[in-house]
Amino acid sequence: MSVKKLGLRQRYEHMTRGLDWETSYQPMDKVFPYDQFEGIKIKDWSAWEDPFRLTMDSYWKFQAEKERKLYAVLDSFAQNNGQTNISDARYINAVKLFLTGISPEEYQAHRGFAFAGRHLRGAGTRVAAQMQSIDELRHLQTQVHTISHYNKFFDGLGEFPHMHDRVWYLSVPKSFFDDARSAGPFEFMIAIGFAFEYLLTNLLFVPFMSGAAYNGDMSTVTFGFSAQSDESRHMTLGIEVIKFLLEQHPDNLPIVQKWVDKWFWRGHRLLGLVAMMMDYMLPKKVMSWKEAWDIYFVEAGGSLFQDLGRYGLKMPKYADIATEEAEHISHQNWAVFYQYTHAAAFHTWMPDAEHLDWLSAKYPNTFDKYYRPRWEMWAKMEKEGKRFYNGALPQLCQCCQIPMAYTEPGDPTTICFRSSKYKDDTYHFCSDGCKDIFDAEPEKFSQAWLPVHQIFQGNCGGPTVPDVLNWYHLNNGVDNMDYVGSPDEKIWNEWHAENTRKAV
Amino acid sequence: MTVQIKTVDITPKRNTFGHIARRLGGDKPASRYQEATLDIQATANFHYKPLWEPQFWVYDTRKTAVVMEDWYKPLDPRQYYYATYNIARANMNQAVERNFTFVEERGLLNKISETARAALARGLLPLRHLHWGGNMNMAEICQRGYGTAITAPAIFSAGDQLGMAQIISRIGLVLDQQTGDSLDAAKQTWLTDPAWQETRKLIEDSFVERDWFQLFVAQTLGVNGVLLGFAYQNAEPAWVDAALPVALLTEFLCDWRAEEARWSDHVIKTVAAESEANKTLISQWANLWIGRATAAAKSLSIALLNDNGAAAEAAGAAVLKKATSLGLAV
Repeated sequence: MSVKKLGLRQRYEHMTRGLDWETSYQPMDKVFPYDQFEGIKIKDWSAWEDPFRLTMDSYWKFQAEKERKLYAVLDSFAQNNGQTNISDARYINAVKLFLTGISPEEYQAHRGFAFAGRHLRGAGTRVAAQMQSIDELRHLQTQVHTISHYNKFFDGLGEFPHMHDRVWYLSVPKSFFDDARSAGPFEFMIAIGFAFEYLLTNLLFVPFMSGAAYNGDMSTVTFGFSAQSDESRHMTLGIEVIKFLLEQHPDNLPIVQKWVDKWFWRGHRLLGLVAMMMDYMLPKKVMSWKEAWDIYFVEAGGSLFQDLGRYGLKMPKYADIATEEAEHISHQNWAVFYQYTHAAAFHTWMPDAEHLDWLSAKYPNTFDKYYRPRWEMWAKMEKEGKRFYNGALPQLCQCCQIPMAYTEPGDPTTICFRSSKYKDDTYHFCSDGCKDIFDAEPEKFSQAWLPVHQIFQGNCGGPTVPDVLNWYHLNNGVDNMDYVGSPDEKIWNEWHAENTRKAV
Repeated sequence: MTVQIKTVDITPKRNTFGHIARRLGGDKPASRYQEATLDIQATANFHYKPLWEPQFWVYDTRKTAVVMEDWYKPLDPRQYYYATYNIARANMNQAVERNFTFVEERGLLNKISETARAALARGLLPLRHLHWGGNMNMAEICQRGYGTAITAPAIFSAGDQLGMAQIISRIGLVLDQQTGDSLDAAKQTWLTDPAWQETRKLIEDSFVERDWFQLFVAQTLGVNGVLLGFAYQNAEPAWVDAALPVALLTEFLCDWRAEEARWSDHVIKTVAAESEANKTLISQWANLWIGRATAAAKSLSIALLNDNGAAAEAAGAAVLKKATSLGLAV
């Protein structure tokens, strides 16, 4: 008797989608109440290609092995005071931005993929989403454990969840993820699975990890290496989702295109913070934002969209504007944080001569013309004891929530303002991209919790800056202001004075 | 005498994060479980109401009728965070691998009687679908619940339920010599065999339960407590001469039930102890779902053991007794 044994693929299908059944005691539409309203049409869920065939037993085995190694490194880093071996304490400000701005979004991704992992009707898709959900929880938790050691010595890290719900610039990443989380499950999968984890991952996750590698942050970079295989699974899921939706029904194309346009622009705005980190906050630089943008978006993104062109999908709207902005965005953001350093939970500084020359070399079209003169003026003012602080609260973009400091396309000396009327109110935007997003969903975006509006409405601890900082749990004079003169600088200099003395 | 390596001592400025210190009542060294769990979920200043449920925020305490002053009271006594969870499961799974090798090398499931084979096909293999239902419910509790203290263990539990559905499926593949025929048959049994229909109706009804804490009670006391208790303990005589290999191959599931209950019992006990109102609601839910699960197990008990439902009643009684010990009025 010959028995026909299962192939690996069929075996995996028995282990996952074969577990699912069509409910009959309760209607399927009630069991899956959220996967219809977005208008996405799925003719055949079984056409879903499982992007990675991982059963739970292998998942536990691989992940446990990675965790054992990672925590061994974290323990050794702490035991040997690895924090004294980073390039310079200025680097820690990138870590602060990461823990307060990015790690809480790993958590949001975790809960969002749990939503998709329960509420998409296709069982294969649900299993893949659930694995990503648990991975994202891993990333949040291992990041907290990695950075926990830095929190023992440096300021600005200790109140990350409290700040994430309140601080003005952290509403940029928070509103981004709140937007994705309050969307339907398919939009979530395109927003986070495709746009964030596939299209833009090399411009978000990778710069922080490469920054860690270049700056002697052994613990964060070890986390990065450990998360790499998770991230490549997530990328595979992201690309599978978009192809699946586009293959299922031609009516899906305009919906998916609209989401790709929206989330590309939302992502581009969010990545402005990463741009600033790469160009200004890393003592040892990996590459400029412009270089990263050219490699990972213009080239890699370009060929991705060429590939997706067979489904009729086009390059995201305003991709050309974003590429033009890659020459400006890091400088414009750093200018904002420099002016508002008193209200930020990390330190700022004016670039030194070597750093200015690096920026000139990396940005030959824009830096010397538009930004160097401003930096030199501010540095001069600092020397004269007239360090420039902006005492007024900035107007924020209703969509991306970044202060309205970006310039007109083609005219880097004029601030770009756009506005829309909705139900008798006027809403303001930093760009056509943000205005379009609002105009497509005004009911949603008119709800935004805009930090500056909230301060003026009296919802943020009081009318003065110290009141608001107190409400942020931002330790005034410690967490904020320039790096020079900060307690971070003091402890760093003490460690290194000690080393120099020993060497002598 | 001890060996002492001299290291540089640098006094830290602080021991832990501010939100952790406030919970510990001072800046003390915190555990990795605490730092990975406490106050992680956002609680305030949300931007947009969900398109799919605009009456609530994404994270909203009103998604259950029970009320907690602090959803970080029901902690996990196992203190699981991602690393410790995965390492614990990887260790448990080593035993699974050894047991499967042991059973397969000796052909222990090839030699069993037709009676045992039929009982496993009818009584054991369809459980993979019940575990899949458990996976859906725990994913729902993770996405819909409030506070990382409960939602993080919930996604671990969802992974466990999927893993257990896969272990049961592997037993089927050993029985059918890797053809998958037994699994196709088990699905038909699950869908059409009258003995399974009350169980299937129970789990399908749980899929539409929108109160996530009621769902937690239904899943942990009803499904895990009664139905899985019946299947992995009380139903053992039904496997006749296959009882020993089945015990080996389901070792993970028995160990898991005991371990999971340490967490889920503690959660129920803590939330019920918060107020009389919580206690009343949870007691009602426990009565409802333990009752339904016992009735569903009875059909299986009669079909598999021909015992007039005695084994199912024993499973139900054990969970009722436990519910009393958790402070519920059942």
